Amino acid sequence: MDLSLSDEQKQLQDAAERFVRDKYAFENRRKIAATEKGWLTENWAQMAELGWLGMAFSEEDGGYGGGPIETMIVMEQFGKGLVLEPFLPTVVLGGGMIAKAGSKAQKEALLPPMIEGKKQFAFAWLERQSRYNLADVSLKATKEGNGWSLSGHKGVVYNAPSADHIIVLARTSGSAREEKGLTLFVVDAKAKGITRRDYPTQDALRASELTFDKVSVGADAVLGKVDDAFGVVEDAVDHAIVALCAEATGCMDAINAATLEYIKTRKQFGVPIGKFQVLQHRMVDCFTNAQEARSMTLMASLKIDDKDSVVRRKAASGAKVQIGKSGKFCGQSAVQMHGGMGVTDELSVSHYFKRLTMIDLMFGNQQHHLTRYSNLAMAA
Amino acid sequence: MDLAFTPEEQKFSDEVRAFVRANLATDIRDKVKNGKHLIRDDYMRWQQALGKQGWLVYTWPKKHGGPGFTPAERYIFENICAEEYAPGIIPFGTKMVGPVIYTFGNDEQKAKYLEPIRKSTVWWCQGYSEPGSGSDLASLRTKAEKQGDHYIVNGSKTWNTMGHWADWIFCLVRTDPKAKPQEGISFLLIDMKTPGITVKPIIMADGGHEVNEVFFDNVKVPLTNLIGKENEGWTCAKFLLANERLGIAAVPQSKRGVAALKDIARAEQDNGKPLIENQSFAEKIADLEIQVTALEYTELRVLSSMAHGGQPGPEVSGLKVRGSEIQQRITELTMEAVGEYAAPYLPGLLWQGSNEEPVGPAYAHLAAPRYFNTRKTTIYGGSNEIQKGIISKMVLGL
Repeated sequence: MDLSLSDEQKQLQDAAERFVRDKYAFENRRKIAATEKGWLTENWAQMAELGWLGMAFSEEDGGYGGGPIETMIVMEQFGKGLVLEPFLPTVVLGGGMIAKAGSKAQKEALLPPMIEGKKQFAFAWLERQSRYNLADVSLKATKEGNGWSLSGHKGVVYNAPSADHIIVLARTSGSAREEKGLTLFVVDAKAKGITRRDYPTQDALRASELTFDKVSVGADAVLGKVDDAFGVVEDAVDHAIVALCAEATGCMDAINAATLEYIKTRKQFGVPIGKFQVLQHRMVDCFTNAQEARSMTLMASLKIDDKDSVVRRKAASGAKVQIGKSGKFCGQSAVQMHGGMGVTDELSVSHYFKRLTMIDLMFGNQQHHLTRYSNLAMAA
Repeated sequence: MDLAFTPEEQKFSDEVRAFVRANLATDIRDKVKNGKHLIRDDYMRWQQALGKQGWLVYTWPKKHGGPGFTPAERYIFENICAEEYAPGIIPFGTKMVGPVIYTFGNDEQKAKYLEPIRKSTVWWCQGYSEPGSGSDLASLRTKAEKQGDHYIVNGSKTWNTMGHWADWIFCLVRTDPKAKPQEGISFLLIDMKTPGITVKPIIMADGGHEVNEVFFDNVKVPLTNLIGKENEGWTCAKFLLANERLGIAAVPQSKRGVAALKDIARAEQDNGKPLIENQSFAEKIADLEIQVTALEYTELRVLSSMAHGGQPGPEVSGLKVRGSEIQQRITELTMEAVGEYAAPYLPGLLWQGSNEEPVGPAYAHLAAPRYFNTRKTTIYGGSNEIQKGIISKMVLGL
C-alpha cells in the first residue's frame, strides 16, 4: 500500500497550484465572477493546454490515461481558488457519461473537441419535484419517425448558458421514479424548442431553467441504451460527487488557513483572539474536520472505479456525508471566528462558506447520502 | 400557577389583534409575509401607527409615556405582531437610546428626545462597535474633545445598522484617553446631518446592504448632547446592552419561522410524497420545535418573575445564545427543505414590485440568503462566545 502521489501526479498538483495562484487571487476571482458568462475563455484554453480536460480519459478516447486521482488533485486546487470554469459539468459529468456510454461516433465527435477546450457540456437531470432522486424524471421523450421528441422542464442546469450540448435525462417509458425507462440524449444547446432562463447561483456559477417544447433529435442523439440510462447516470453522478468532495477539501483548507491567520492577528482585550481557549478548540475541530474530509475524499477517489457497485456507491455517499458535515462545521466556524467580517462580501471567507454550502446541496445533501449509505451498508 | 390567560389578558389579546389588523397596511404585511425588503417608509408608517396608539414604546413604563404593559401583555403584544406579519420594531430608539435617556438624561433631554421616539418621527441608529473594537467594546477609540461649548468628534464606527436611514446616532466616545478603558467613555447623541459625518455601506454575504461604516471628521457636537456624566458613559452602555439582551431571543419570530418551515416541507416533494413525511426530516423539525418551546418557556419564566418584582436571573443569560442558535437552525433547515432550488441567486426578487419571475417555488430564492445572513445572530449584540464568558463569570462565578 502506498498513498503517496507519483512524480507525475505531484507535477500535476504543482501546475494546478500555480494556475490558482496566478489566475485566482481573490480580487481576480471577483472580476471573473462578474463577467457575463462567469468564466474566462483564456483560462479554459489553458486548462486544455495543460492537459487537464483530457487527463481522466483513456488514450483510446483521446485522453491521457489518468483517472479519479488526477481529477481529485485538480479539483482540490480548484476548491482553494474557488475556480469558476465549468470543469465539473463539462469534463466530469458530460465527458464522463460520453466516455462510459457513448457510441464510437459520439465519442469521436464529442470527446476530442472537449479535450481541446472547444466544446462544453451541461447535464440536465433535476426537475422541480426530483429533490435528490435521480430517477424522479418526467421530461418525456417520445418516438418521432426515426428520432425522438423531447418535452418537459429541467431546473438548475449548471453551465447551460455556455454549453454547446446539453445532456438530457428523459423518460422514455415506465412510471414516475422508476429507474427503468430513462434515456440520455445529447442535444444541441441551440436546438429549436429549447427555452433558457439563465441566472447566477449563490456561489457565482451560472445555471439555467430549461423548457423543452417538442425538441426534435435524431436517433443518434441517444447516449447509451434506450430505457437503460439509470446506471450510467448514477455512476457519473457518483464520480461528480467525489470530484466535488475534492473541491470541498480545497475550500476547507483555504477557509481554515484564512481563519487561523485571522485569529492570530485580530486583537481584542489586548491579545490575539487565538489566545482564547474557546477559539483554539474550535480551530482544532476545524482542522480535524478538514482532515477527515480529506481522508474520505481519498478513500472515495480510490474506490470510485471499483468493480463492485455497492463499494462505489458507499464510497461516494460516505464521502459526501463527511464533506457535508465537515464543510458546514468549517464554514460556520470560519464565519463565527471572523466575527462581523465573516458575514461581509468583502472577505473571501463568506465566498468559501457559500461554495461549501452549495456543495452540500448538490447531488444529495448530507441527510440524503446518510440514508443512501445506511441502506447500502445494512443490506450487505 | 396557571398557564391560561386571565379574562383581562384575553381581552387585551383581542384588542391587539384587532388593532394590528386594522392598522397594518396590507402592502407592508405582504412584504413581511413574502420576505421582501422593507424600506424606511414601511417601518415608519407602521411605527407611527403604533405610536399613535401609544404602543410603539411598549416596554416603557407609564411615567415616561409608555403603556406600562405587564410582562404578560408584552408577551401577547410581541406574539400577535409576529403572527400578523408586522415588521419588527426598530430597537435603536425604542429599546436602546430611549430608556437610556429617561434613565440617565436630564429633564431638558427627556423633553426633547422622548416624544419623537414614542411617535417615531425620528430614526435612531447605534454607534458602538469600531473596526478595532468588537467584542472588546471598551477599547473604543473614537474621541470627543471639548472645545468651548462643543465636543469635536473624530473616529469611525462600524456594523452600524440602517444608519443610511437615520436622523440621529447615539455613540460611545472616548473623552478621557488617559483613564482606564471603561472609565474614559461618554455617551453622546449626534445629529446625522452634522457636517463631517460620512456613511459608507458594507455589503453583506447575501449581497444586501443593511450595515455601514460611519466616519466622523471633526464633527461638532453641542455639550448638551451628552447623556449622563462625562466619562461615565460605560454605565449607560451596560444598561443599554442589558435591555438589548431581552427580546433578542426572538421567540415570536422563531415560532413564525418554524410554521413557515413546516409549510415549505408540506409543499416540497420527496420521492413523490410531501417532504414533511420523510421521517428524518420531520424529526429535525420536531427537534427544532422542542428547542423553540424550551426557549419560550424560559422567557415566560423570566417574565413571570419580573411581574412579581424580581430581576431577571441567570436564566435570562442564555436567552441570546439559544435564541440566536435557533434562528440559525431554522434557516438551515429551510434551505435543506428547498434543496437544489436554493442555488439560484435572484436578488431582484427581494424587492416588492420586481417583475422577475421566481425560479422554482416563490420561497426558494430566500432560503440561502437568509441562511448566510442569519450567521450574524451569533455574532452581533455581543458574540455568543462573549455571552458565555459573561455567564460563566457572573452566574457561575468561574
